[in-house]
Amino acid sequence: MFKTLGKATKFSVLAIWLVFTIFPLYWMFLTSIRPVREVTKKFYYPHANSTLDSYRTLFNQYAFGTYIKNSFIVSFAASAFVIFIGMLGAYALARYKFKGKAQIMLVFLVTQMIPGLIALAPLYLLLSKVHLLNTLIALIFCYVGGMVPFATIMLRGFLQRIPPELDEAALIDGCNRFTALFRVVFPVALPGIAATFIFAFVQCWNELFLAMVLIDSDANKTFPVAERSFVGAYYIEWGGLAASVMIGIIPTVVMFGLMSKFMISGLSAGIVKG
Amino acid sequence: MAASVHKLVRKDGKKAQNILAPLWFLLPALIMVAIFIYYPVLATANMSFKNYKLFDQSNIFYNGFENFRGIFKDLAFRRILQNTVLWVTVSLFFQFFIGFGLALYLKSKFKFSGLYQGIIFIPWALSGFLMGLVWKWIFDDNLGVLNDLMLKLGLIETPIPWLSNANWAMAAVIIANIWYGVTFFVIMILAALQGVPNEILEAAELDGCGKAKSLFLVIIPFIRPTLILIILLRIIWITNFPDIIFGMTSGGPNQQTHILSSWLVQKITYDQDWGSGSALGLMMLGVLFVFTIFYLLATRLEKESEGN
Repeated sequence: MFKTLGKATKFSVLAIWLVFTIFPLYWMFLTSIRPVREVTKKFYYPHANSTLDSYRTLFNQYAFGTYIKNSFIVSFAASAFVIFIGMLGAYALARYKFKGKAQIMLVFLVTQMIPGLIALAPLYLLLSKVHLLNTLIALIFCYVGGMVPFATIMLRGFLQRIPPELDEAALIDGCNRFTALFRVVFPVALPGIAATFIFAFVQCWNELFLAMVLIDSDANKTFPVAERSFVGAYYIEWGGLAASVMIGIIPTVVMFGLMSKFMISGLSAGIVKG
Repeated sequence: MAASVHKLVRKDGKKAQNILAPLWFLLPALIMVAIFIYYPVLATANMSFKNYKLFDQSNIFYNGFENFRGIFKDLAFRRILQNTVLWVTVSLFFQFFIGFGLALYLKSKFKFSGLYQGIIFIPWALSGFLMGLVWKWIFDDNLGVLNDLMLKLGLIETPIPWLSNANWAMAAVIIANIWYGVTFFVIMILAALQGVPNEILEAAELDGCGKAKSLFLVIIPFIRPTLILIILLRIIWITNFPDIIFGMTSGGPNQQTHILSSWLVQKITYDQDWGSGSALGLMMLGVLFVFTIFYLLATRLEKESEGN
């Protein structure tokens, strides 16, 4: 009796949370397929008048092809760099004993306390001095810089679980530390690296404020900045916004979906034990 | 013979490497962190003592504590401070308990539990700002689906002014934030729960522990260090997370739904008053720093007194 009751509670709680989680996205989807004139009317399921017009607008009236491309370039490049730099740092922290190691860990950990937003103004000034304002490279640099600490700490957790005998064997076989890291350790650590990469990618893909401050020209806008243009001072173009939201979530949701099982085990290694 | 010589050289080389090698490996990371995180902190500290307005660049000068004074004297300051505390505590409370509950449920596998996890993890993959806009559309006073549904179900007689009344708007942004952040706790707590060895749980069961008892006496103490850490990270992160508020209300109506971090964004991007924004940022950093130290001391002290 108690068991069935417990089970019933469990599955109703899970069901309620599922509905609550999905509903905003479902509602955005319905908004995105409404005819533009009917955007403010409420129908709760796909309607006979449904149309893909809002999606067409994104690519015909606005240059969303370009924005998506920009976001992909920035997110991929920044995540790849951060993995490279993070792996080097993580390797040193996981494999060597040296003076000042604890202090260096502290340097990385303290960054997690710093509101990233305070960097907006100084980075704008710094990048304007080196004439990198309005470029994707500037964004890539800033994202890498911002994400290095978390990536290093997380990757260190993964590397610590790989037996050191593995790279010692590689050293005896004639690798140096650097090639041992990337030829031998890298493939073994791949699940953890993939998890870190996806975290980084999702962060870059969704980042708004730095991109807003650093990028001005239409040709270099990233996806979130472009989406902001649907928000006017007095009026929001809900149809186009909804369509862009639906498109913008595809890459991150696909990545997350593919990885969700694996994220848990990865995290329990990287963060809990790290 | 040749092989042993080779080995000797290698050993020597390794020894020489050992002192500097880790620093070489760490150098790129340290350089990036120095330029893109620590330099901005110093620049912010410097700028916070300046009259620095982006639209009036011929008029930049050190003005002492004027920016800090301006923040304290701002009519919205008290309200924003209260909002920040409310935003952090209420969001954290619900995110944590819902997240914990879901993680316990998800720990034992059921049919489609993998798919279920995949779906409820989705919010984390989404942009906070955009989801703020999505929630704004749902909560809209006149056009929003929430009022429409509640009217149709007879729960309310007149539409709730979700976004035009400051108190309702605070509730709305916090609800959206709970929606957004539960995922984090589910993932982290689930990861921690999976680290609890089965032997301990079985031993507890043999000793006659019921489910509730083993939760409080075995599981929670075991994952306590993780819980302490993720709650701390979360408090810091929620404090520094203006995206949802920015999407939903932009701090309105009349600055009444700002928290410190969304106020900071407004100062930097809209008001372009970088002196004042920097002062605010520096204050936030200071508060978080002091809070973190107290939090860590308190949780450590508690642990020590438990040990005695």
